[in-house]
Amino acid sequence: GGCNSTATLLNSMKAAILIQRWYRRYIARLEMRQRYTWNIFQSIEYAGEQDQLQLSSFFSFMLDNFTQLNGNGPDLISHLLDPVVDPWSDRERQTMFEQITVPESYSGPHLTFPLTVSHTNALLSAFKEQQPLHGRYMLQLLHQTKKLLKQMPNVIHLSTPYAKEITICGDLHGRLDDLLLIFYKNGLPSAETPYVFNGDFVDRGKKSVEVIILLFAYQLLYPDHMTLNRGNHEDHIMNLRYGFTKEVMQKYKTHGRDILLLVQDVFSLLPIATVIDNKVLIVHGGISDMTDLYLLSSIERHKVKTDCKPTGTVDPVFPQGQPESPRCRSRGQDHGNTPKKRRHLTRQGSSSSSSSSSLCSPRGSSRLTLCRCLSPSMLSPTDNLQVVDLLWSDPKSQPGCSPNTFRGGGSYFGPDVTRRLLERHGMTLLIRSHECKQEGYEVCHDGQVITIFSASNYYEEGSNRGAYIKLGRELVPRFFQYQVSRNTRKLTLTQRVNVAEGSAVRAVQEKLFSHRSELMAAFQQYDTSNSGCISVSEWALVVESVVRLDLPWRTLRPRLARLAPDGSIDYQSCFEDMGPGQPIPQVTPNLAETLYRYRTDLEIIFNIMDKDHSGQISIEEFRQTWHLFSAHLGVEVDDRAIDELAKSIDFNKDGSIDFNEFLEAFRVVHKLDVKDQQQG
Amino acid sequence: MAEDKESAEAIVSEVHKKIRAAFDVFDHEFNKTVDVREIGTIIRSLGCFPNEGELHDVIAEIEEEEPTGYIRFEKFLPTMTKVLMERKFRPIPEDLMLQAFEVLDKQKKGHLELEELTKYMTQEGEPFTQEEMEEMLSAAMDPDKNLIFYKDFVSMMTVDDPR
Repeated sequence: GGCNSTATLLNSMKAAILIQRWYRRYIARLEMRQRYTWNIFQSIEYAGEQDQLQLSSFFSFMLDNFTQLNGNGPDLISHLLDPVVDPWSDRERQTMFEQITVPESYSGPHLTFPLTVSHTNALLSAFKEQQPLHGRYMLQLLHQTKKLLKQMPNVIHLSTPYAKEITICGDLHGRLDDLLLIFYKNGLPSAETPYVFNGDFVDRGKKSVEVIILLFAYQLLYPDHMTLNRGNHEDHIMNLRYGFTKEVMQKYKTHGRDILLLVQDVFSLLPIATVIDNKVLIVHGGISDMTDLYLLSSIERHKVKTDCKPTGTVDPVFPQGQPESPRCRSRGQDHGNTPKKRRHLTRQGSSSSSSSSSLCSPRGSSRLTLCRCLSPSMLSPTDNLQVVDLLWSDPKSQPGCSPNTFRGGGSYFGPDVTRRLLERHGMTLLIRSHECKQEGYEVCHDGQVITIFSASNYYEEGSNRGAYIKLGRELVPRFFQYQVSRNTRKLTLTQRVNVAEGSAVRAVQEKLFSHRSELMAAFQQYDTSNSGCISVSEWALVVESVVRLDLPWRTLRPRLARLAPDGSIDYQSCFEDMGPGQPIPQVTPNLAETLYRYRTDLEIIFNIMDKDHSGQISIEEFRQTWHLFSAHLGVEVDDRAIDELAKSIDFNKDGSIDFNEFLEAFRVVHKLDVKDQQQG
Repeated sequence: MAEDKESAEAIVSEVHKKIRAAFDVFDHEFNKTVDVREIGTIIRSLGCFPNEGELHDVIAEIEEEEPTGYIRFEKFLPTMTKVLMERKFRPIPEDLMLQAFEVLDKQKKGHLELEELTKYMTQEGEPFTQEEMEEMLSAAMDPDKNLIFYKDFVSMMTVDDPR
């Protein structure tokens, strides 16, 4: 009857509301987890970028203190930090490259210049088949690119061709799959399909080499329809840390060094901004309240080799005109001002046009205490700052402009800063990249700023989409999204969050492990009754102050540490899931942790030391490098312990160390998860 | 008694810290403000289930006189503390959830058809958006049969929720 159905109706509605409410609560929790997972990845990423101050200052320390470690001749380190004025003229270099022989057995593409479409097609096919490009062609390609870029201004002006659209892509970070997907969906670069790539082509992903080969090749083929902006990762110090250098050295055993030197020049010659129709500004990072487009058009951009500070020791041997450079404020390390016997090097090359200029500011220091490492031929600090701002800044939602302490360089710029700059130049839109966004793009500042990011699954499988923008005559952006996926099955939000979160939590666990001794010491200070437990607040306090990452520790706590029955935290449980791969009995926990913490840096250093790329270094070299490194860090490690360690690592007792095995021995392996952290 | 007062204070202090932690996740500029649109997420993540109407009331209470689009922590904290201490908008127990689904499953089949669930979720109560509907279906629905086995679904969701 009627009464019955009304009752049922009410019940259905209530039931529906209940289900909706319950489900929304679940989604809110997922979003929360997604958000803090994101925070974790970003914090670790940016903290890592700051840590490289450590690395580059170590290199300078090595230069200062190197005795005859490797015999004669300057090595890659010195080349990378202080490249010599290239004695070869362009013409001579060209001939040199042409004389490199390509073996009969090589089955990859052969390039001749000027390039044609058949060359780029050959490159595409080759890379899809995992066939690399020979070093000779790589060098020639880079050489030609350098010549082309030299003719370009700092700021490229484009106009939207009649009835065609310009495609604008963001960070690729060595993800060849994403680039190929873009080409597939959107079309290959051509007069009909012009492209702008907004920086950060290399680092992090495994195919940076292939990515830049394609980008440079298309640029040579269609210089008017292919524009490449410089990003903050087009910088050799960043490349040392974030994988590009290593990738080149691994893929090009004979010519790697030459390639890296040439790449350095090419990167510094990339334009720093693009303007479309005088209305749309495209830069990699962003702007600041000091940004001056007229000034930017006039500076000598190739003098900005790197945005990162080399070091801070004073050297009286410097030629005239080189004032003292301030200490680089790395984490707690402060080094004595006593330069030892200086290795006779190309340091005098500070008058060369290719010396590194320094820009990166350590966290917390004011923007104006940046680069004071001047030399007559480098850019002035204010000019340097202009470039840093373009490549490193991030937008913020509240008005004003402040130093970007998160990244250690550039600014946070508010909507008022954007409005003012755009008005001043009669522009309507700022397109930038630099930040990973879950949907591949994000609009802010009342529609005046668009962030575009083209590396999908950047942090982890399923973490985010990639996107690109198409812009036609009316200058109304259209967004296109995609996601490269190894699975054919679409992951649900729940699954994506679980995967990404798992990965992020593992990264945090590793951080905790690498600070284990410090953490334990601090925990024990609070644990007055020696019960093995402290309160949640105390735990959070200790962890935050030791690890120095701004993360939601309390929210993360359930994934990181176990609770005792009384609600306090069993702090030992933080380290439970992790253990060293192979136990090395002589090694004290301290050493293991330190090595683990700096393993990325060590890997880089070893790669550089391994001159013939054989994967082996002598025990002597290992000893000396480790001594230097620990001296530099101010870490107390017993000399004897290092020697014992060196001997024990040399498993076959032939006097040399396969350092891959060495690193493996210290790689911390999850007891539960033996899966390699390799990404495709 | 003094002891009770101390433990009451300790409880409030813990509640404050929880609220602070949740708030901080969304405080992107580190200036103790969050976008008002995130308030729903924050509140729900703290274990409370206001419906949309209740949520609007809470927001009205904590907004500035002249709404700026941002909520300041100083205003959020006392209101949220009260909500948590009074156990307002309490969580829904699993068996009640099951009952709710069973009410919709009029023929007592043990599952819901795609069209059935969609109709209820997008037309009744506080309707889902298309996006919300799609997301729920991707998690709840057996793609081969287009059926929602709600018992499994409810257990799965509850397991996923470590508290």
